[in-house]
Amino acid sequence: MTSFDSASKAYDAIVIGAGHNGLAAAAKLGASGRKVLVLEAANEPGGAMRGREFAPGFRSAGLAHLINRLDPDVTRDLGIRLTSSTAMPTSVLDGDKQPVVLHGAYGDSIDGVSADEAAAFIRMRDKLIFQAGILKRFLRRASPQLGAIGMADLATFASAGFGLIRKGRGEGRDFLRMMLMNVADVADEYLEHDRLKALVAFDATLGIHLGPRSPTSLLGLYYRLTGEVAGRAGGQFIPEGGMSAVAPAFIKAAEKAGVIIRCGTSVGRIVADRGRASGVILADGQEIAAPVIVAAVHPQTAFLQLVDPAESGTGFTRSLRNLRTAGNVAKLDVALDRIPSFLNLRPSDHAGRIVLARSMEQVERAFNPAKYGEFSTDPVMEIVLPSLADASLAPSGACTLSALVQYAPHKLKMGWEASKPLFLKIILDTLERHAPGISKSIVAAHLSTPADIEADYNLPGGHWHHGELQADQLLINRPTGAASGYTTPIEGLYLASAGAHPGGGISGLPGWNAARHILSGARP
Amino acid sequence: MNAMTPPLNATDGRRAARSHIETPRLETPFHARLIALSETNDWYSWSGYKAPHKLFDEELEYFAIRSTAALFDISPMVKYRISGPDAERYLNRLTLRDVRKLGINRVHYTAWCDDHGHVLDDGTLFRLGEDTFRLCCQERHLPWLLDSAFGFSVDIHEETEEIAGLALQGPTSCATLLAAGFSGVERLKPFDIASFPHEAGTVTISRTGFTSDLGYELFVSRALALSLWDRLWQAGKLHGIRAIGYAALNTARIEAGFIVANTDFITAEAALRADRVRMPDEIGLDWLVDPEKPNFNGRKAILEARRNQTLKHILVGLEIEGNIPAEHAIVYHGKKREAGLVTAAIWSPTAKRNIAIATLDRPYGVKFNDDLWVEIYALRELRYQKMMKRARIVPRPFVKLARRTLTPPGTF
Repeated sequence: MTSFDSASKAYDAIVIGAGHNGLAAAAKLGASGRKVLVLEAANEPGGAMRGREFAPGFRSAGLAHLINRLDPDVTRDLGIRLTSSTAMPTSVLDGDKQPVVLHGAYGDSIDGVSADEAAAFIRMRDKLIFQAGILKRFLRRASPQLGAIGMADLATFASAGFGLIRKGRGEGRDFLRMMLMNVADVADEYLEHDRLKALVAFDATLGIHLGPRSPTSLLGLYYRLTGEVAGRAGGQFIPEGGMSAVAPAFIKAAEKAGVIIRCGTSVGRIVADRGRASGVILADGQEIAAPVIVAAVHPQTAFLQLVDPAESGTGFTRSLRNLRTAGNVAKLDVALDRIPSFLNLRPSDHAGRIVLARSMEQVERAFNPAKYGEFSTDPVMEIVLPSLADASLAPSGACTLSALVQYAPHKLKMGWEASKPLFLKIILDTLERHAPGISKSIVAAHLSTPADIEADYNLPGGHWHHGELQADQLLINRPTGAASGYTTPIEGLYLASAGAHPGGGISGLPGWNAARHILSGARP
Repeated sequence: MNAMTPPLNATDGRRAARSHIETPRLETPFHARLIALSETNDWYSWSGYKAPHKLFDEELEYFAIRSTAALFDISPMVKYRISGPDAERYLNRLTLRDVRKLGINRVHYTAWCDDHGHVLDDGTLFRLGEDTFRLCCQERHLPWLLDSAFGFSVDIHEETEEIAGLALQGPTSCATLLAAGFSGVERLKPFDIASFPHEAGTVTISRTGFTSDLGYELFVSRALALSLWDRLWQAGKLHGIRAIGYAALNTARIEAGFIVANTDFITAEAALRADRVRMPDEIGLDWLVDPEKPNFNGRKAILEARRNQTLKHILVGLEIEGNIPAEHAIVYHGKKREAGLVTAAIWSPTAKRNIAIATLDRPYGVKFNDDLWVEIYALRELRYQKMMKRARIVPRPFVKLARRTLTPPGTF
């Protein structure tokens, strides 16, 4: 990290938050010749990908345990190299029968189902990838602004329209028919097999407050399928060096672009006067000026905490306060003294993604209690064994297990403090059912509920998308109308986190798009 | 009800729960006096309160305002008490004018907008102390005021019910107050506030009004309302005090050139049609907008509209030939092209002119100020008589009286 002397430096831009989106924005701005300062409250950069030791000798690489939507344009442009020689398979386990294993990008070949069923899955997958492709062209640019639709927006609309009819009117109609459907009806339309349905239901709803039968739940699956790995939609991988290599890759790109990253530096206020931002005041009182402030933090953090509410309109503040941003996923890190063995799962598939979901109905029933502020008593989860890809995470011979467990509502009726041990026990019991003997090998288990995630990562609601990824908070409504184009009602202040378009996941797009938008000199 | 009270049966219970339908309109704290004085039994609904349209004779009531002293019940006016260490900063962000410039015991007229710069309401802001204000207005705004309070240490309290209000307007109003024992009131300059003891409490008197005449507004707790009325009534006898209804006041306010929310413009929250909302500059309130003061709701939109010249309307005063009030008449340019609408019009008894307040579609009223006409439809014994009358844009107020600002006021 570069040493910092505030007196002589005049910055062109200050980025608040050194998460991957903040770093992507900083790297892009820095590469254009701007002098960029990144301010990070934590003691190291990386944001939600900040690793930590959760038990002596055992490390977790942060909230994300795999990559499924890192944008190739972003990595190419910023010179980020995160690759893997092996694609991760996805195994769906019900704790009883032979697992269903999807190889390649979202099931190029599928073990454990009939050939007919595998073909049906491919048909559904290809249709959904085609449809997601129509939406995908909106991801790499600022969402169109009502009242100020530009030529580039028209071009995107036109290409989306062309995409819609490219395969004939029938396909176009089908897209308009399906777009706002629920994933369960779509899965029922194509599939017979319980665990294949369970997988698409799980993938569509992971990280979103919807059950498979909730209207519009298909959008979650579209969003996932707009992500690509090595040019293929729907895949996932862990880069060489493991997930702990992701944050350093972004940091390196930023530093290569001349960006200065200052950690352990909390921003107390974004300085704004009569609608124009001009700098920040640190928690310690130091003031740093810059004409461009990029808030790569949760939109609520930016506008409800950092900007003086007097600088925002009542209506704008109201819409931000009403942002739906209550998380639903708990993150579990387990330290194991040996590599676990899941029932009927081949050793090689243990290095892949493991989804514990018996059926679509189980996913739906897991969601039911979440509606009423209770956690699932029969939760569904996605598991990765991170130390298999990155041996440095665990002592030799030992292993780490990471799970994203759904549903764990942020506002638990009983309160997380009282309920967390019970939820942890339910999760560990579930693991034991799927990997008999695993309980005995547990050295330590660390559960982060959305309430913990909120506190640890300064993430309102503990929601990794920085706000629900649903129709009312997408595109021109992400995070809310008046701040949906990376610009905000405050001139010179930009949003660049997952709370901005297109949304969460490790894509780098919100940050990179925001920086490109700033550089384009578009309406401040 | 105590434990021994027999439970109501279902029918009685339902009846008790809807007892409000027996008094469909609320009665103000002064209702007992108003109903005793009402000869015409002519009432209207003001924010849900039963308020007199007139009490005995509209014209005589009007001349009480201009010749003696008129007592008008303003209790239904919506009132909020806003207090706390951030009250000034809060109101400065909420409203258009610079509240830092509003001294203690002073009142100013102001307005407030939504994020798009569309006017939510206009009203008067009373600074009762360093950190205590009263905001008076036509419409209710509690949700907006509460949402605006996010991030401010401020307490917002609706006090429409508990605070009674009276306007005492007219040349003998000061003399009446002095006769009632409010000595010192003669020192109040326009927009000054002072407190006076009344019975066991206090009455707040401000030199404000809606008439463009010498006048005062009095606020008192509900419990002291009737005794205050009686005190003024007794003292005013030799000063020609009269209770008046809204019709008389409305004539005076049009002469004063004042606008009324949802009469002369549609407030942003009441407007159903997208093009009915108005920016301050479109209803003659541009002078309230202070671009130099700290940020306030609507600032960006208002300044952008000025810069981009996207303002669509303008509110003007009109003087119309003849003596037929042009109420709700369409305004034409060159007798042909529609240019706007008259929102309020009277034959002014004091100015002896046919006057009107109108909203014009720009550039009429900005670039094209001549050749304006109004088309008046006068219904005369079941036949409309159509008249095309020439209208001239004139400054407001239509009536300017030296006694409005003279301090101390003349005694009669």
